[in-house]
Amino acid sequence: MLAENNYITSFCDISDHVISKNGKTVFEIKIAAFPDFLISAYHLFDFKYPKFYKMDNLSKLGWLASEILLKNSFTHTDYKPEEVGIVLANANSSLDTDLKYFETTKDYASPSLFVYTLPNIVMGEICIRNRFKGENAFFVQEKFDVNFIQQYVNNLLNNNILQACICGWIDVLQEDYKAVLFLVEKKNAAESIPFTTENIENILSKN
Amino acid sequence: MDTLLTDLKKQIVEQLNLQDIKPEDIGDDQPLFVEGLGLDSIDALELIVLLQQHYKIKLANAEDGPKVFHSVKTMADYIRANQPTNA
Repeated sequence: MLAENNYITSFCDISDHVISKNGKTVFEIKIAAFPDFLISAYHLFDFKYPKFYKMDNLSKLGWLASEILLKNSFTHTDYKPEEVGIVLANANSSLDTDLKYFETTKDYASPSLFVYTLPNIVMGEICIRNRFKGENAFFVQEKFDVNFIQQYVNNLLNNNILQACICGWIDVLQEDYKAVLFLVEKKNAAESIPFTTENIENILSKN
Repeated sequence: MDTLLTDLKKQIVEQLNLQDIKPEDIGDDQPLFVEGLGLDSIDALELIVLLQQHYKIKLANAEDGPKVFHSVKTMADYIRANQPTNA
């Protein structure tokens, strides 16, 4: 199974109140609390998706990262909905929202928080937005296991289960957060990078 | 101006996190679901919580939901008909 068959055609990082795409900063605001930072970025990019406001912070972070990742870098009509999937991982699962939901159970348990008490919901939000219907997987890992994710995604692509895959790390716990997403495709487009563990590690180390 | 209708609109916007909508933009008879405000099934559950939280009213029969939550006005009518006297 040759990893060189697949390419990172776009990548996006959100951390420390900075959003970067393909290594270039596209948004930065240092003073806001994390939830306000997310809303500020949403407004700056002029996204129109009212459901964004209802999402928990994990889904907001993942949704924002995916929008920026795909913007001007992905053509939906290139693939059938079943050919695009998502593979994500994080360390804190949905704990950020679990704690908030637990607080509401002392009074009136919030249905809108309850629906976000699973980490994979963020993938659902991205799929609903983009009408992706390919295979999804969400792994809870202490640290981003680059080897595992790279092999898992290559397996999906090389076995034609998927033709394109969004993969990466989306993690939130209160004010601590980190998002890194990679768009991995089979085509070797301009400025694309082979989807190797070395290149993934290299991108991670720069963000 | 009916204060119950005004209060309900504010509570709906707050409870459902409708940040792109102002309370005054919601019509008294405007459908809350589908073609109106576009609320979904989770929003319906939040409206049930809203009734309990703010008006101490439990929806007695789930089948009444579509009628009760059709619009702000139908919600207000239900509250007036069912609100405990000491609430």
